[in-house]
Amino acid sequence: MTRHTLSVLVENKPGVLARVSGLFSRRGFNIESLAVGPTEHADVSRMTIVVAVEDLPLEQVTKQLNKLVNVLKIVEMDTAVSVQRELMLVKVRADLSVRSQVLETVQLFRAKVVDVAPDAVTIEATGTRDKLDALIRMLEPFGIRELVQSGMVALGRGSRSITDRSLRAVERSA
Amino acid sequence: MTRETRQITGAQSLVHSLEAVGADVVFGIPGGAILPAYDPLFDSTRVRHVLVRHEQGAGHAAEGYAQATGRVGVCMATSGPGATNLVTPIADAYMDSVPIVAITGQVPSAAIGTDAFQEADICGITLPITKHNFLVQSADDIPRTIAEAFHIASTGRPGPVLVDLPKDILQGVTSVLPHEVWPPTLDLPGYRPVTRPHAKQVREAAKMISAARRPVLYVGGGVLKARAAAELRVLAELTGIPVVTTLMARGAFPDSHPQHLGMPGMHGSVAAVTAMQKADLLITLGARFDDRVTGKLSSFAPGAAVIHADIDPAEIGKNRIADVPIVGDCREVIADLTAALRTEERPDLEGWWRSLDRWRKTYPLGYDQPADGSLAPQQVIERIGRIAGPETVFAAGVGQHQMWAAQFISYEHPYTWLNSGGAGTMGYAVPAAMGAKVGRPEATVWAIDGDGCFQMTNQELATCALEGIPIKVAVINNGSLGMVRQWQTLFYDKRYSNTDLGTHPVSARTGVTRVPDFVRLAEALGCVGLRCESPADVDATIEKAMSIDDAPVVVDFVVHPDAMVWPMVAAGSSNDEIRVARDIAPDFDYSGDAEVNL
Repeated sequence: MTRHTLSVLVENKPGVLARVSGLFSRRGFNIESLAVGPTEHADVSRMTIVVAVEDLPLEQVTKQLNKLVNVLKIVEMDTAVSVQRELMLVKVRADLSVRSQVLETVQLFRAKVVDVAPDAVTIEATGTRDKLDALIRMLEPFGIRELVQSGMVALGRGSRSITDRSLRAVERSA
Repeated sequence: MTRETRQITGAQSLVHSLEAVGADVVFGIPGGAILPAYDPLFDSTRVRHVLVRHEQGAGHAAEGYAQATGRVGVCMATSGPGATNLVTPIADAYMDSVPIVAITGQVPSAAIGTDAFQEADICGITLPITKHNFLVQSADDIPRTIAEAFHIASTGRPGPVLVDLPKDILQGVTSVLPHEVWPPTLDLPGYRPVTRPHAKQVREAAKMISAARRPVLYVGGGVLKARAAAELRVLAELTGIPVVTTLMARGAFPDSHPQHLGMPGMHGSVAAVTAMQKADLLITLGARFDDRVTGKLSSFAPGAAVIHADIDPAEIGKNRIADVPIVGDCREVIADLTAALRTEERPDLEGWWRSLDRWRKTYPLGYDQPADGSLAPQQVIERIGRIAGPETVFAAGVGQHQMWAAQFISYEHPYTWLNSGGAGTMGYAVPAAMGAKVGRPEATVWAIDGDGCFQMTNQELATCALEGIPIKVAVINNGSLGMVRQWQTLFYDKRYSNTDLGTHPVSARTGVTRVPDFVRLAEALGCVGLRCESPADVDATIEKAMSIDDAPVVVDFVVHPDAMVWPMVAAGSSNDEIRVARDIAPDFDYSGDAEVNL
């Protein structure tokens, strides 16, 4: 199976997330990560969905997604020509005896400490999936107490915008 | 000068919007949350409300209306159980691409999410079985939402749309007056169905067609949805290519036409099934390679290249890879294909037709008369078709009687065959026939039903009797859940687990006689009840039913319990394994067949 990243522009309306996620599950696809938020246009939200799926079923799910009335546009983000990032917050056991080693790891990954307690630190890290996985592996020996990740977001490289044309359609009908 | 703004309630806005969008009939039942809508509906002279006895009946009636007329069918129900009773017909309409709009009441906005009395998240429940649904948030939005719902239901690939209206929205006031804003501007930036086929794809398809030696026109329900039966006939006659019509497309091409091979699939004709298996080109028009047509997919039409035209891009390549995909409305596709083919060479099909004719002649549809002198169900259905004639609209339930009705009635016109194809909903026939009769009151409408199906929705006969909807119902009474029993006969060693319904004169299992007695049941529901138990009485009974047009008629045709539907391809088997009758496979001697190089 290959991992694919889809950027999905949707109308910013109630229930749209349920329509999209429900479609994936009932057609038998497992979503690896999903991030959703507003865009530069108030009427439009953007979802970034990562799925592990072969090419042919991917085409089918993309076509089914396109049929949802609230879906405006779907673009597959090729890793070679897009910037892909995830945000992670991780709380690591770090009393005085190991804190300096933890901080050294944080610096190596250009992450930062956003909270500190006598026996723990909370680290914020941004990056690709691979980088975050590597950081987790380095922190595991200290003891990970809690971990949360944002889901992947992605933008195509260069000056082009996938929102241009679909946004014009929204403005016209507004 | 101040102009006084007139205000109306949301409920009035709903009824005025239904009038403006051209809905002339609503099938429904009132209840708490939808109650405000029923008050202005009481006054409407343009919208007729048909009070059904169960919401499922309202949904199937809306489907029957839509399938018989081509217009959007409308059903209405209250919140909670009223709405959930619509789920089956909505799912049915989704599977068969039937344009209906379901209007449901909802608990007041402030109570949503509190498990209020008769609250159900019907938008959530119907998410996977509607083309789209709406929870209306303001009375101002009602005209636009109704216009959008009808637009979505009836354009592109048609389907069901649900509009959920909280009670406070219906009771609230608005100064957006439907007749002033009609037609409202639709706000559907993400909805753009493609109807114009791509010219390059059409040219490519035309080339393949003219080069084909064993082509088949594989015609599905999309041709009927696109109202393209006339165009299809022109294309077929121009090229001389054989036609098969799927269960959803019966009537799209005249059964009497010499190029028609019949229905493909699990219970299709040997000629239709075999033609597809041996084809070198399938010209697929508005069909979707359903498992009941293809049998085991990997062995379906192994030598065929595929042209696949459909208005829904997601159907193309879903089950079978298309060599030439064409996204577009079938009517436009067929018209463009025909135009392109006029300049191409006509394919040479002489050898192909020799094979097809031989298969057709050797393996015609047929049935045996029971040796004990009881009624053959196939004969009953065949005679109803013959006596009622090709202008009649037929609605079937699901099971053996449905297959026999698809096989033994000759369909000459589009929109004369209504059934539940994709979902296989038992109980579809009576309410769908009711809806069809309301939509086309001048037409004779027969429901061909089974004794199992009939017991699921016959309460709508009370609606028919009281509302002046004189449909005719043939109950093909074999005393059991016949199709399930057929599978038990064939695949479960004749262990008839829970298929005896006790509706026969004497039940084999319990000894009980006729429960229920369909004649007395019909009479109790305000209908005329007739019974026929011998082959000699079939024609006279049908003619008697045909002569009654001031009341619904139910005929209890007591037929032999062991009749089976043939031909048959067992589920999951290859279509090459088709059986003409039990343990009898067609004998295709290809060795001496010089014309068809297989």
